Amino acid sequence: MRTKFAIETRELTKKYGDLIAVDKLNLTIDYGEVFGLLGPNGAGKTTIISMLCTIINPSSGNATVNGFDILRQSSSVRHSIGIVFQDPSIDDRLTGRENLQLHACLYDIPAELAKKRIAEVLNLVGLEDRADSAMKTYSGGMRRRLELGRGLLHQPKVLFLDEPTLGLDPQTREHLWTYIENLARTTEITIVITTHYMEEADQLCNRVAIIDYGKIKVVDTPDNLKAALKGDVITITTAQPEKLATRLAELKLPPHTDSSRHTIRLAVANAEKLIPRLIKVAAEIGVEVSSVSVHHPTLNDVFLHYTGREIRAEEAESPFKKFLTMGRQRR
Amino acid sequence: MSELRKIYGLWRREVLRYWREKSRIISSFILPLLWLLVFGSGMRGMELAGTQSYQTYIFPGIIAMTLLFTSVFSGISVIWDREFGFFKEIMVAPISRTSIVIGKALGSGTSALIQGSILLPLSFLVGVHLSPMSYVILLPTMILISIGLVCIGLLIASLITSMEGFNFIMSLVIMPMFFTSGALFPLTSAPDWLRGFSYVNPLTYGVDVLRWGTFGEASSLLPIYAEFPILALFAIAMIVACSYTFSVRK
Repeated sequence: MRTKFAIETRELTKKYGDLIAVDKLNLTIDYGEVFGLLGPNGAGKTTIISMLCTIINPSSGNATVNGFDILRQSSSVRHSIGIVFQDPSIDDRLTGRENLQLHACLYDIPAELAKKRIAEVLNLVGLEDRADSAMKTYSGGMRRRLELGRGLLHQPKVLFLDEPTLGLDPQTREHLWTYIENLARTTEITIVITTHYMEEADQLCNRVAIIDYGKIKVVDTPDNLKAALKGDVITITTAQPEKLATRLAELKLPPHTDSSRHTIRLAVANAEKLIPRLIKVAAEIGVEVSSVSVHHPTLNDVFLHYTGREIRAEEAESPFKKFLTMGRQRR
Repeated sequence: MSELRKIYGLWRREVLRYWREKSRIISSFILPLLWLLVFGSGMRGMELAGTQSYQTYIFPGIIAMTLLFTSVFSGISVIWDREFGFFKEIMVAPISRTSIVIGKALGSGTSALIQGSILLPLSFLVGVHLSPMSYVILLPTMILISIGLVCIGLLIASLITSMEGFNFIMSLVIMPMFFTSGALFPLTSAPDWLRGFSYVNPLTYGVDVLRWGTFGEASSLLPIYAEFPILALFAIAMIVACSYTFSVRK
């Protein structure tokens, strides 16, 4: 059954006592899209994914995944999705191949086909030569790649990636991004990514939803979101900032002046087009410009705009911190 | 059919894990030997109703103890799976909760069975002579006992959230089950209050059937034909109870 959307939520809500983790979420995700759920830790991203994956039940509202109802057809939902969890979920004492074989059994892939697919995904994530080593000997990045491969083994229509690159070094992160980009380009798979890394959302996602306190603040393409801010900032360094500032104010280009640093800052919609004119104005009044720099808005600025807060990497729970508190908290 | 393949996958995982933990295999092999050879020798003077020596007498009880420790611990080890995330992989797979419990129980049961079976050929050390018929009775009994006990471990694991509670469980559940099961002394001569506990302890019937399988006679609380079905019912009831616990979604 092919429905209009790969994922559709209707007033999806999850409460834990008084805490509303997800608040009446209405969201549609198209087939073949790479969709990002962007927000700080505790924003409700993982809770949304857990409900869509039928791990937890919503308090109210409902959703369909691949046209299947998450409450009434959870088994069909499970068959049609793949998940890479935020925390590692592989068996350390087994080898990479054994983990994949177990997955094949759990998803009822016939033995012959499973053998072929396991070879394929190992090739895809570049782990053929390490397939028969114990997971204990894998690095963090290799584990993540194996989990990505495992999530693809049963050829899901929708793949959920919950903070796929959390705790990985920048190089490994780039590698994973490449895998995910290739996957999105070469297959018809729908990918839902949660992340608090702005670059990740920017690079991978067709559309992102900015989520804070369980609510969607805005949904759009990363480019549109950034453009909507009209947030290019031009910084001019000169020995006579006041003189230039006065002239610019006359031209209806009100600048922010910082005399101590000899800089003038202008917030504009399209910096590149304005710069030649600024230089010309400065030359006309005899002000020498020593440097000009342009800052384009990032998703970080977008996030700041919609939530009033910066998103910071430290907000994400590091695996190390999790290890320290492990066993003391109920998760 | 498809559920069978899923159960097979989980069973295989348990057995592979067991096989790789050589230290666990060896250590859980040493404990029963200590009981048989050291404790058994020390208690040699104890008078028993029959003609058996004490070492011979406790042999079936020590097998039951091995099954008890291995199985319950294996069930509780689900806590590690939960802690280190592997549990999620299973919980999100399209597999029925009952199959998860059966796969786990059969896998852990197999480990416990291997553990217990290593002891059987060593029975001659304590003067026990096992006939082929004994093996035919003992092995299925050991499987049934293990399945029920693994599920006890699983239930405990669903109640406690970390391994820190393990000592508590050890002194509150495992040791009382061991001591009231009649593994170490005949219950026929035990005081009434103690026998009361023994009646509700499923391991009592396990020890009885093992004793019957070993010696061809048992100092039973109930007739032997009633005890085997009790073990089977207990195993089934525990699987049902565990499936229920596993299927509760938050």
